[in-house]
Amino acid sequence: MIMRSADPFDALFAFQQALENRLSGDWFGGTTAGMGSYPPINVFQQGDDLVAIIELPGINKEELNIQSKENTIRIAGRKNIDYPEDISLHRRERLSGDFDRTLVVPMQIDPDGIKAEYNDGLLALFIPRAEQDKPRTIEIR
Amino acid sequence: MAGEQELQVQQKREVDRAQEPTTPMRAFLPTTDIFENEDALTVVLEMPGVDKSNIDVDIENGTLTVEGRINFDKYKDMQPTYSEYNVGPYRRSFRISNRVDQDKIKAEMRDGVMTLVLPKAEEAKPRRIEVT
Repeated sequence: MIMRSADPFDALFAFQQALENRLSGDWFGGTTAGMGSYPPINVFQQGDDLVAIIELPGINKEELNIQSKENTIRIAGRKNIDYPEDISLHRRERLSGDFDRTLVVPMQIDPDGIKAEYNDGLLALFIPRAEQDKPRTIEIR
Repeated sequence: MAGEQELQVQQKREVDRAQEPTTPMRAFLPTTDIFENEDALTVVLEMPGVDKSNIDVDIENGTLTVEGRINFDKYKDMQPTYSEYNVGPYRRSFRISNRVDQDKIKAEMRDGVMTLVLPKAEEAKPRRIEVT
Protein backbone atom coordinates (compact mmCIF):
# COMPACT_ATOMS: atom_id res chain seq x y z
CA MET A 1 0.00 0.00 0.00
CA ILE A 2 1.11 3.49 -0.75
CA MET A 3 0.32 5.61 2.23
CA ARG A 4 -1.56 8.77 1.49
CA SER A 5 0.00 11.84 2.96
CA ALA A 6 -0.31 15.55 2.56
CA ASP A 7 3.45 15.99 2.74
CA PRO A 8 5.06 15.20 -0.64
CA PHE A 9 8.32 14.15 1.05
CA ASP A 10 6.50 11.68 3.27
CA ALA A 11 4.66 10.36 0.23
CA LEU A 12 7.92 9.97 -1.64
CA PHE A 13 9.59 8.19 1.26
CA ALA A 14 6.62 5.83 1.61
CA PHE A 15 6.87 5.12 -2.11
CA GLN A 16 10.63 4.45 -1.86
CA GLN A 17 10.02 2.06 1.01
CA ALA A 18 7.29 0.27 -0.90
CA LEU A 19 9.73 -0.23 -3.78
CA GLU A 20 12.43 -1.38 -1.38
CA ASN A 21 10.08 -3.99 0.07
CA ARG A 22 9.45 -5.41 -3.38
CA LEU A 23 13.16 -5.62 -4.24
CA SER A 24 14.40 -9.09 -5.10
CA GLY A 25 10.89 -10.48 -5.08
CA ASP A 26 10.27 -13.53 -7.22
CA TRP A 27 7.20 -12.24 -9.02
CA PHE A 28 8.69 -13.21 -12.38
CA GLY A 29 9.60 -16.62 -10.94
CA GLY A 30 12.66 -18.40 -12.26
CA THR A 31 12.25 -17.13 -15.79
CA THR A 32 14.87 -15.64 -18.07
CA ALA A 33 13.92 -12.23 -16.71
CA GLY A 34 16.36 -12.90 -13.86
CA MET A 35 17.61 -10.19 -11.56
CA GLY A 36 20.52 -8.16 -12.79
CA SER A 37 19.55 -8.18 -16.44
CA TYR A 38 19.47 -4.90 -18.31
CA PRO A 39 17.29 -2.86 -18.41
CA PRO A 40 15.97 -2.63 -14.82
CA ILE A 41 12.22 -2.95 -14.49
CA ASN A 42 9.60 -1.93 -11.94
CA VAL A 43 6.12 -3.40 -12.19
CA PHE A 44 3.02 -1.73 -10.78
CA GLN A 45 -0.60 -2.66 -10.58
CA GLN A 46 -3.06 -0.08 -11.77
CA GLY A 47 -6.63 -1.23 -11.31
CA ASP A 48 -6.88 -4.60 -13.06
CA ASP A 49 -3.92 -3.91 -15.31
CA LEU A 50 -0.13 -3.83 -15.06
CA VAL A 51 2.31 -1.05 -15.81
CA ALA A 52 6.00 -1.85 -16.30
CA ILE A 53 8.35 1.12 -16.05
CA ILE A 54 11.81 0.50 -17.44
CA GLU A 55 14.83 2.78 -17.06
CA LEU A 56 16.42 3.29 -20.47
CA PRO A 57 17.97 6.75 -20.62
CA GLY A 58 19.33 8.05 -23.91
CA ILE A 59 17.87 5.45 -26.27
CA ASN A 60 16.89 6.10 -29.83
CA LYS A 61 13.25 4.95 -30.15
CA GLU A 62 14.01 3.42 -33.55
CA GLU A 63 16.60 1.13 -31.94
CA LEU A 64 14.07 -0.28 -29.50
CA ASN A 65 12.30 -3.51 -30.39
CA ILE A 66 9.37 -4.66 -28.26
CA GLN A 67 7.52 -7.88 -29.01
CA SER A 68 4.73 -9.66 -27.21
CA LYS A 69 3.29 -13.13 -27.47
CA GLU A 70 0.90 -14.75 -25.04
CA ASN A 71 2.27 -13.71 -21.64
CA THR A 72 5.81 -13.05 -22.84
CA ILE A 73 7.26 -9.63 -23.58
CA ARG A 74 10.66 -9.13 -25.17
CA ILE A 75 12.56 -5.86 -24.97
CA ALA A 76 15.66 -5.63 -27.13
CA GLY A 77 17.79 -2.87 -28.53
CA ARG A 78 21.05 -1.07 -28.27
CA LYS A 79 22.29 1.95 -26.46
CA ASN A 80 24.76 4.09 -28.33
CA ILE A 81 26.97 6.73 -26.83
CA ASP A 82 28.76 8.94 -29.30
CA TYR A 83 31.67 10.95 -28.00
CA PRO A 84 32.93 13.85 -30.07
CA GLU A 85 36.37 13.49 -31.58
CA ASP A 86 39.45 15.09 -30.08
CA ILE A 87 38.36 14.97 -26.47
CA SER A 88 40.01 13.73 -23.34
CA LEU A 89 37.70 11.71 -21.11
CA HIS A 90 37.91 12.54 -17.41
CA ARG A 91 35.15 10.30 -16.19
CA ARG A 92 33.30 7.56 -17.96
CA GLU A 93 30.47 5.92 -16.05
CA ARG A 94 27.81 5.56 -18.73
CA LEU A 95 27.67 2.22 -20.50
CA SER A 96 26.70 1.44 -24.05
CA GLY A 97 25.92 -1.83 -25.76
CA ASP A 98 23.20 -4.29 -26.67
CA PHE A 99 20.41 -5.57 -24.48
CA ASP A 100 17.80 -8.26 -24.88
CA ARG A 101 15.45 -9.18 -22.09
CA THR A 102 12.41 -11.40 -22.00
CA LEU A 103 9.74 -11.13 -19.35
CA VAL A 104 7.24 -13.82 -18.59
CA VAL A 105 4.33 -12.18 -16.85
CA PRO A 106 2.83 -14.55 -14.26
CA MET A 107 -0.75 -13.85 -15.26
CA GLN A 108 -2.86 -13.91 -18.37
CA ILE A 109 -2.49 -10.71 -20.35
CA ASP A 110 -3.86 -9.34 -23.59
CA PRO A 111 -0.67 -9.27 -25.73
CA ASP A 112 -2.38 -7.29 -28.51
CA GLY A 113 -3.47 -4.59 -26.12
CA ILE A 114 -0.02 -3.64 -24.80
CA LYS A 115 0.86 0.01 -25.28
CA ALA A 116 4.35 1.46 -25.02
CA GLU A 117 5.46 5.02 -24.36
CA TYR A 118 9.00 6.40 -24.18
CA ASN A 119 9.40 9.68 -22.30
CA ASP A 120 12.27 11.27 -20.38
CA GLY A 121 14.34 8.09 -20.60
CA LEU A 122 11.63 5.84 -19.19
CA LEU A 123 9.88 3.17 -21.20
CA ALA A 124 6.36 2.53 -19.89
CA LEU A 125 4.50 -0.59 -20.96
CA PHE A 126 0.78 -0.61 -20.25
CA ILE A 127 -0.20 -4.26 -20.05
CA PRO A 128 -3.91 -5.04 -19.94
CA ARG A 129 -4.99 -8.11 -18.07
CA ALA A 130 -6.84 -10.69 -20.16
CA GLU A 131 -10.63 -10.50 -19.76
CA GLN A 132 -10.83 -14.11 -18.61
CA ASP A 133 -8.20 -13.46 -15.95
CA LYS A 134 -10.04 -10.63 -14.22
CA PRO A 135 -11.53 -11.52 -10.87
CA ARG A 136 -15.26 -12.02 -10.76
CA THR A 137 -17.54 -11.53 -7.83
CA ILE A 138 -19.47 -14.68 -7.15
CA GLU A 139 -22.91 -14.07 -5.89
CA ILE A 140 -24.36 -16.26 -3.19
CA ARG A 141 -27.88 -17.22 -3.88
CA MET B 1 34.68 -3.01 -29.39
CA ALA B 2 32.54 -1.20 -26.88
CA GLY B 3 29.42 -1.52 -29.05
CA GLU B 4 29.52 -5.32 -29.01
CA GLN B 5 29.28 -5.75 -25.28
CA GLU B 6 26.12 -6.71 -23.49
CA LEU B 7 24.75 -4.03 -21.22
CA GLN B 8 24.93 -4.57 -17.48
CA VAL B 9 22.72 -3.02 -14.86
CA GLN B 10 24.44 -0.33 -12.82
CA GLN B 11 23.08 -0.18 -9.30
CA LYS B 12 22.02 3.30 -8.33
CA ARG B 13 24.36 4.87 -5.82
CA GLU B 14 22.90 6.98 -3.08
CA VAL B 15 24.08 10.52 -2.48
CA ASP B 16 26.54 10.71 0.39
CA ARG B 17 25.02 12.84 3.06
CA ALA B 18 27.54 15.25 4.46
CA GLN B 19 24.82 16.71 6.58
CA GLU B 20 21.92 14.75 7.94
CA PRO B 21 18.86 15.71 5.92
CA THR B 22 15.63 16.54 7.70
CA THR B 23 13.65 14.10 5.57
CA PRO B 24 14.44 10.40 5.24
CA MET B 25 13.95 10.60 1.48
CA ARG B 26 16.69 9.13 -0.68
CA ALA B 27 18.49 10.89 -3.48
CA PHE B 28 20.65 9.20 -6.10
CA LEU B 29 23.80 10.00 -8.05
CA PRO B 30 23.26 10.36 -11.78
CA THR B 31 25.59 8.20 -13.89
CA THR B 32 27.99 10.72 -15.39
CA ASP B 33 30.52 11.20 -18.17
CA ILE B 34 32.88 14.15 -18.17
CA PHE B 35 35.08 15.08 -21.08
CA GLU B 36 37.02 18.05 -22.27
CA ASN B 37 38.31 19.55 -25.48
CA GLU B 38 40.08 22.79 -26.28
CA ASP B 39 36.95 24.89 -26.00
CA ALA B 40 34.78 23.38 -23.33
CA LEU B 41 34.21 20.95 -20.52
CA THR B 42 31.17 18.73 -21.11
CA VAL B 43 29.25 16.93 -18.36
CA VAL B 44 26.67 14.31 -19.38
CA LEU B 45 24.31 13.04 -16.66
CA GLU B 46 21.71 10.27 -16.89
CA MET B 47 18.56 11.13 -14.97
CA PRO B 48 15.76 8.89 -16.25
CA GLY B 49 12.32 10.17 -15.29
CA VAL B 50 13.34 13.81 -15.03
CA ASP B 51 12.00 16.33 -17.53
CA LYS B 52 13.66 19.62 -18.27
CA SER B 53 11.30 21.68 -16.12
CA ASN B 54 12.49 19.79 -13.03
CA ILE B 55 16.22 20.49 -13.20
CA ASP B 56 18.35 22.95 -11.28
CA VAL B 57 21.91 23.72 -12.32
CA ASP B 58 23.94 25.91 -10.04
CA ILE B 59 27.53 27.08 -9.85
CA GLU B 60 28.74 28.56 -6.61
CA ASN B 61 32.26 28.89 -5.25
CA GLY B 62 33.64 26.67 -7.97
CA THR B 63 31.15 23.87 -7.31
CA LEU B 64 28.75 22.77 -9.99
CA THR B 65 25.59 21.23 -8.54
CA VAL B 66 22.94 19.49 -10.61
CA GLU B 67 19.59 18.46 -9.17
CA GLY B 68 16.78 16.63 -10.93
CA ARG B 69 13.39 16.04 -9.40
CA ILE B 70 10.94 13.27 -10.24
CA ASN B 71 7.31 14.08 -10.86
CA PHE B 72 5.57 11.64 -8.55
CA ASP B 73 2.10 12.38 -9.86
CA LYS B 74 2.82 9.84 -12.57
CA TYR B 75 2.93 7.09 -9.93
CA LYS B 76 -0.41 8.01 -8.44
CA ASP B 77 -2.79 5.06 -8.06
CA MET B 78 -0.03 2.58 -8.88
CA GLN B 79 0.79 -0.20 -6.44
CA PRO B 80 4.35 -1.54 -6.58
CA THR B 81 4.27 -5.26 -7.42
CA TYR B 82 7.88 -5.98 -8.29
CA SER B 83 10.90 -3.71 -8.24
CA GLU B 84 14.50 -3.74 -9.40
CA TYR B 85 15.40 -0.10 -8.93
CA ASN B 86 14.46 2.68 -6.58
CA VAL B 87 13.06 6.01 -7.65
CA GLY B 88 14.03 9.39 -6.29
CA PRO B 89 15.57 12.75 -7.01
CA TYR B 90 19.07 12.96 -8.47
CA ARG B 91 21.80 15.15 -7.06
CA ARG B 92 25.50 15.49 -7.81
CA SER B 93 28.20 18.10 -7.32
CA PHE B 94 31.55 18.58 -9.02
CA ARG B 95 34.39 20.94 -8.31
CA ILE B 96 35.23 22.86 -11.42
CA SER B 97 37.94 25.35 -12.12
CA ASN B 98 36.98 28.99 -12.21
CA ARG B 99 38.24 29.16 -15.76
CA VAL B 100 34.76 28.34 -17.05
CA ASP B 101 32.81 31.12 -18.69
CA GLN B 102 29.73 30.89 -16.49
CA ASP B 103 27.59 33.13 -18.68
CA LYS B 104 27.90 30.81 -21.65
CA ILE B 105 26.97 27.48 -20.04
CA LYS B 106 24.52 25.52 -22.16
CA ALA B 107 22.27 22.73 -20.96
CA GLU B 108 20.22 20.31 -23.01
CA MET B 109 17.89 17.57 -21.80
CA ARG B 110 16.88 14.71 -24.01
CA ASP B 111 15.41 11.30 -23.17
CA GLY B 112 16.53 11.55 -19.54
CA VAL B 113 20.09 12.53 -20.43
CA MET B 114 21.35 16.01 -19.67
CA THR B 115 24.31 17.48 -21.53
CA LEU B 116 25.98 20.47 -19.90
CA VAL B 117 28.54 22.34 -21.96
CA LEU B 118 30.78 24.62 -19.92
CA PRO B 119 32.84 26.79 -22.28
CA LYS B 120 36.31 27.69 -21.11
CA ALA B 121 37.10 31.30 -20.45
CA GLU B 122 39.33 32.85 -23.13
CA GLU B 123 42.44 32.97 -20.95
CA ALA B 124 42.06 29.29 -20.04
CA LYS B 125 42.32 28.03 -23.59
CA PRO B 126 45.64 26.44 -24.49
CA ARG B 127 48.04 28.65 -26.37
CA ARG B 128 50.73 27.56 -28.69
CA ILE B 129 53.99 28.81 -27.39
CA GLU B 130 56.33 29.83 -30.10
CA VAL B 131 59.94 28.89 -29.59
CA THR B 132 62.13 31.62 -30.90
